[in-house]
Amino acid sequence: MNPYGPVALYLCVAFAAALLFSVLPGLVARRKPNPEKAEAYECGVEPTSAVAGRFPVRFYLIAMLFVIFDVEAASFYPWAVQMHALRIYGLLEMIVFIIVLGIGYAYVWKKGGFAWR
Amino acid sequence: MQAALGTLNALPVWLLILIKSAVLLLVVVTSFAYAMLAERKILGWMQLRPGPNRVGPWGLMQPAADAAKLILKEDLTPKTADPLIYKLAPFISLLTAFSVYAVIPWGASPSGTWAIGNVNAGILFLLAITSIGVYGISLGGWASGSKYPLLGSVRSTAQMISYELAMSLSFVGVLILSGTTSLAGIVSAQATWWFFIPQCVGFLVYVVTAVAETNRAPFDLVEAETELVAGFHTEYSGLRFGLFFIAEYVNMLTVSCIATLLFLGGWNAPFGLTMIPGVLWFVAKVGAFMFFYMWLRATLPRLRYDRLMAFGWKVLLPVATLNLIVTAVVVALRG
Repeated sequence: MNPYGPVALYLCVAFAAALLFSVLPGLVARRKPNPEKAEAYECGVEPTSAVAGRFPVRFYLIAMLFVIFDVEAASFYPWAVQMHALRIYGLLEMIVFIIVLGIGYAYVWKKGGFAWR
Repeated sequence: MQAALGTLNALPVWLLILIKSAVLLLVVVTSFAYAMLAERKILGWMQLRPGPNRVGPWGLMQPAADAAKLILKEDLTPKTADPLIYKLAPFISLLTAFSVYAVIPWGASPSGTWAIGNVNAGILFLLAITSIGVYGISLGGWASGSKYPLLGSVRSTAQMISYELAMSLSFVGVLILSGTTSLAGIVSAQATWWFFIPQCVGFLVYVVTAVAETNRAPFDLVEAETELVAGFHTEYSGLRFGLFFIAEYVNMLTVSCIATLLFLGGWNAPFGLTMIPGVLWFVAKVGAFMFFYMWLRATLPRLRYDRLMAFGWKVLLPVATLNLIVTAVVVALRG
């Protein structure tokens, strides 16, 4: 049997279990609605402004850097598995790749992409 | 016993797999419940207090009492929240936390590996599924429509993706040595040397990133209560808060299982103590790693956020890359 068959079945069971946990509060938990309870929590005082939708733009930069570097990290995997067969050839190939990666990394570092302030 | 086994084998294969899956999930949920109790007990002892000891003998019924309480508590949704995504987020967190166990092997017999599915691309499956877990946290904080959850969730998303990078690089050394992405294959490659010895740097990077990935102390910036109330789950109450809580502990277990499989020899017995079954060794190693987690929480203060990000990008990433280059050089020259 294809090993992914059981995995798919397991995922169905996990889905059902997680769904059960998610609908349970709607069925069992008591409800006593109250306008105060529906307010967003702000340490007890009334919310001073509309919902905050703003956060530092730096987080976007981190997300973009992640996408770039994670794709590059993923390309290490097939190479690593074949390393015993590729030997010196694979090593040189990968050193070239890492140098290219390193240039980009050094550029981001120099530009302050990793500094939080 | 023999008769019972006979009936089991007579069942259709899919039904057998469904039963196995249900049993595995039960085991995972029970381990979560007692991991939580153990953490509270251990933290208590480390602070010279008894920990929970009122419900049942020695506090052993505490998880059941907590579960009953969480289920009965009111499930609040703030009026500023996006109701659908607000309810979907804890579901995503829990589902991804559970899903990982589809590929984790926890023992082996001559006839095969004890896993729901012993897939070839085991590590890739693990990384893919655990990455989806980030959505639960970022959507949960965003959909709450409140300040602190939003800040907590963008923080934790940035933290998790930054450390995920170093984590995936720390696996590469193990892949070079074992030459396979199958988890069972990696464990059998460790029959003589457990990989935490040749891969000590990779193991250290993995341990740090693992703690950061699960948002645990000293990297629990996500729920830095002095700044962000309770982080992304501030608005959640009752069982929906409980789902995030279960997901966090199940993720801790997952991370301990991965550490055991990739670096600590899986079910291989140390010192030739093979009369103790492999699955017990596996459980013991996972337990030891969990204890280490709790010990960290009792010992280390929280990091500052800018230092956390700088450490991930400027220290762990280069160290993990250097480790993989050195491993590759050694393998290329010595074979």
